[in-house]
Amino acid sequence: MSLLQINHVEKHFGDLEVLKDISLEVEEGQVLAIIGPSGSGKSTLLRCATMLEQADGGEIIYDGLPNAVTATRAQKKEIHKYFGLVFQNFNLFPHRSVLQNVMDAPMRVQKLEKEQAKAAAMELLKKMGLEEKADSYPQQLSGGQQQRVSIARALALQPRILFFDEPTSALDPELTGEILKVIKDLAAEHMTMVIVTHEMNFAKNVADHIIFMDKGVIAVEGTPEQVFDSDNARMREFLGKLEA
Amino acid sequence: MDIATMLELLGKGALVSLEIFFVTMVGSLILGLLLCLVRMSKFVVFRLLAKFYISVMRGTPLMLQLFVVYFGPYYIFNVNISPSYKLMAVFIGFVLNYAAYFAEIYRAGIESIPIGQYEAAKLLGYGRVQTFFYIIMPQVVKRIIPPVTNETITLVKDTSLAFTLAVAEMFTIAKQIAAADRKVTAFVLAGIMYYVFNLLVAGAFAKLEKKLSYYR
Ligand SMILES: Nc1ncnc2c1ncn2[C@@H]1O[C@H](COP(=O)(O)OP(=O)(O)OP(=O)(O)O)[C@@H](O)[C@H]1O
Ligand SMILES: [Mg+2]
Repeated sequence: MSLLQINHVEKHFGDLEVLKDISLEVEEGQVLAIIGPSGSGKSTLLRCATMLEQADGGEIIYDGLPNAVTATRAQKKEIHKYFGLVFQNFNLFPHRSVLQNVMDAPMRVQKLEKEQAKAAAMELLKKMGLEEKADSYPQQLSGGQQQRVSIARALALQPRILFFDEPTSALDPELTGEILKVIKDLAAEHMTMVIVTHEMNFAKNVADHIIFMDKGVIAVEGTPEQVFDSDNARMREFLGKLEA
Repeated sequence: MDIATMLELLGKGALVSLEIFFVTMVGSLILGLLLCLVRMSKFVVFRLLAKFYISVMRGTPLMLQLFVVYFGPYYIFNVNISPSYKLMAVFIGFVLNYAAYFAEIYRAGIESIPIGQYEAAKLLGYGRVQTFFYIIMPQVVKRIIPPVTNETITLVKDTSLAFTLAVAEMFTIAKQIAAADRKVTAFVLAGIMYYVFNLLVAGAFAKLEKKLSYYR
């Protein structure tokens, strides 16, 4: 079953066409990786899909919900419940403890009972290996730990799809592994995920489907093998640069 | 006049000064926030009006504003002003003036919060009001403590401007005593009291700052 369908989405900033006729589909349980050179529109695509940016045209349809591109404000509020997003620089709430960061939205937004929200949050923190950090504040944690908190925070609302925009690129190289492992574990649990990443090996290993974006279009897509073995000139150039 | 009598009189004046201080703090911190929201509203006309108001209030003397508030009703609307309106005029004038300063302080604070905080809140489903009160404002409060401390210290001293409307606050009384006594003792005592009160103000804000220093 497809959880998300994007059809002919377009987006420009002024004269700059950042997304040109993008179409894709995300199946339940699928891990979709989006790769491509800097400025190719990966973040913009994610931001349009998560409604942080308003697409200029096309359709963004989460299963059973109205088109996000033309949705009213009330409808958008509904659509927001469908997915979560993990940011490159975490965007944790600095004035709230780790535990509060994770349990606050379930309490305030989903109106869960405090005890219930707390138990669920502690469960998630445990899963992320952070139960001892529950009462710490974000700034007291390493980047990798902060990113794990932000993943727990997103998961606490039980999204059907979890988006990641370069979840490891704000981290020191030795810390990326712990985040990639968390994502791998989620994939093993069949969490549906869309991940923008510069980690090619990770994309190759964890993704079921890869999209290579270039200058606002999907230049190549398919299984990891298909994409990495593609003879598309831009793809070869992109991989060549990474190896160099 | 002996010191004890002098202190008693000054003490009575100090109560009025305190009253002006507290009414202004509460009134202008609230009005300032509303003004700041208008100043940052998405409607250009509102925004410009608020901007103009703030620039006038900050660009003209508070003393003059007090006169306008006090005499305005008579000169503009021909309403008879009773002397009991004096203290009220001081409250109104101070609140209107300080709200302008606090509005700009709030605005700088709100604008310093990274956009990512709003985006995270939006993704987590917080409404606009929830985002403002639970996520943005707590962080703003921490950031604006230093400028608010400065304004507050200025306010303590500014309360003496109420003497221009002959409200019996501490400075007005000190002036009367000094004139009758032909000595500066009353001024010195009043000065000490302003100073001590400002030490308390600075201390209270330092304490609040420390309390909020658990995060950056
Ligand atoms: N808010 C904006 N206003 C104007 N231009 C923007 C805006 N956001 C992105 N752009 C431009 O759109 C293009 C695509 O940006 P985007 O961030 O989507 O690229 P990306 O593929 O995520 O790149 P990177 O790998 O560096 O993160 C870039 O040229 C960028 O400068
Ligand atoms: Mg990007």
